[in-house]
Amino acid sequence: MQTAINLWPLLGVLVIVLGFVLRFNPMLVVALAALATGLAASMPLETILATIGTGFIKTRTLPLIILLPLAVIGLLERHGLRLHAQNWIARFTGATAGRLLIAYLFVRETTAALGLTSLGGHPQMVRPLLAPMAEGAAESRFGKLPEALRIKLLALCAATDNVGLFFGEDIFVAFGAIALMHTFLLGSGIDVDPMHIAFWGIPTAICAFVIHAIRLHRFDQRLNRELTALPPASAVDKELAR
Amino acid sequence: MIISIQYLYWLAGVILAITAFMTATDRSNPKRWTTGLFWGLFAIAFLVGEKLPPVWVGVGVIVMALIAGFGGVGFGQHQNLNDRARRESAGRLKNKLFIPALAIPLVTVIGAVLLKNIKFGDVFLLDPANSTFVSLGIGSLVALGLACWLTRDTPVQAMRESRRLTEALGWALVLPQMLAMLGLVFNDAGVGKAVAHLATAYINLDFRLVAVMVYVLGMALFTIVMGNGFAAFPVMTGGIGVPVLVGMYGANPAVMAAIGMFSGYCGTLMTPMAANYNLIPAALLELPDKYAVIKAQIPTALAMLVANILLLYFLM
Repeated sequence: MQTAINLWPLLGVLVIVLGFVLRFNPMLVVALAALATGLAASMPLETILATIGTGFIKTRTLPLIILLPLAVIGLLERHGLRLHAQNWIARFTGATAGRLLIAYLFVRETTAALGLTSLGGHPQMVRPLLAPMAEGAAESRFGKLPEALRIKLLALCAATDNVGLFFGEDIFVAFGAIALMHTFLLGSGIDVDPMHIAFWGIPTAICAFVIHAIRLHRFDQRLNRELTALPPASAVDKELAR
Repeated sequence: MIISIQYLYWLAGVILAITAFMTATDRSNPKRWTTGLFWGLFAIAFLVGEKLPPVWVGVGVIVMALIAGFGGVGFGQHQNLNDRARRESAGRLKNKLFIPALAIPLVTVIGAVLLKNIKFGDVFLLDPANSTFVSLGIGSLVALGLACWLTRDTPVQAMRESRRLTEALGWALVLPQMLAMLGLVFNDAGVGKAVAHLATAYINLDFRLVAVMVYVLGMALFTIVMGNGFAAFPVMTGGIGVPVLVGMYGANPAVMAAIGMFSGYCGTLMTPMAANYNLIPAALLELPDKYAVIKAQIPTALAMLVANILLLYFLM
């Protein structure tokens, strides 16, 4: 480290952390952090605004994937999609919220590993289908869920989609992240076959499935424990009977 | 290319402009002018954003942040079908309701996998750099056609529903883009270099396990700050991965890279900076706690970091 490193831009990170911890409006926090970072790096105000503008235009694809499915999903919800998803899952007596999510995790992770990353997603899969099904599966066993458990279950639905996607997509060899790693290593004078990078992601991908599936299974047990008003002995019997 | 991503920007711009117009004329929304202005500015960014001087766009972004920050983004009343009509509709349509919903991912996959390389002469059918996004756009339009046909409802009603969900998401819809913008500003200002400097200058890397831990946890921490593992990878791998793990300890670069990137993803699971994955779903599921999804992911992410440290230590 011969060249002096300017540590002042870290001020922007501090603004972000403080802003999120103090729960200010995130939009405002991010705008302030961008301004603070630019000023700390001694950019003139006009350059900072131009950097913000260029960055905003460059990243327009991000809201697209949320915005475009909304009309369809909204229209289907108006005609009872979520209601039907709940009723549909209630017909399978063996379905529990945890088992449903474990199955979804498996499908999401393996399809992502085959490059089919768009087979899930929050606006088009989790909100209209997965979340109502998980809720329906839980409600058909235990009746209406207490609010805290319901929130936890819905949050787990979103989490399961994320975990499946993240730890699946990176073992697909044509995925952008693999290309990025390959290119960067080449730049550092190391030539690695992209196939090998993808291959060595597999142990972590398996761990992710096992760890998250265990958590989902334990959530099922927690629902059982907290929502069946049976005496402890028969609750144990029920566990063994499964 | 025949179908370029530009058409999707225009489509999104038109949808947002209609939303802005509906909102501004909605007397049931007490903040209809500021809300309308917010969606109007966002629509402009999609319709003509690339033609405007970047400084103007920057000013527009700051105005949007101020409107959102001072509570100017509100929502109006919405006419839902009453409960009975909805039940009747669900009972009549049954599994047909699933068809348009599943059509979005199916058409997207078909487009992204099968139509990706189709050319007419020298011209690609789909924008080659953005084939997934373009396919998603086509999928959404196909699904919209199916949904209107099956439910016998109109595209106008679909726009009202789109506006209902857009207003329910509120400024959260713009946040992922804001954060990505911030990542680019961080990059320009050299935040990455400063973090890597702190991580490598003050920690003793003479023990193999410590070096592994610094790399894995550094990837996660850096991703938590930047919201994106792709931004963390060059910095941490250039700072520690290549010189220390490969150079000093002779690690297999493929193992180091693969597990390093996954460690970054553990960070993604824990940070509000990755709004698209963590905050938007909380808003979409209408959860009162906007950090509920992050809280649900933290145990998995922490366990995965331990697993990654062990895997890298023993496999490299």
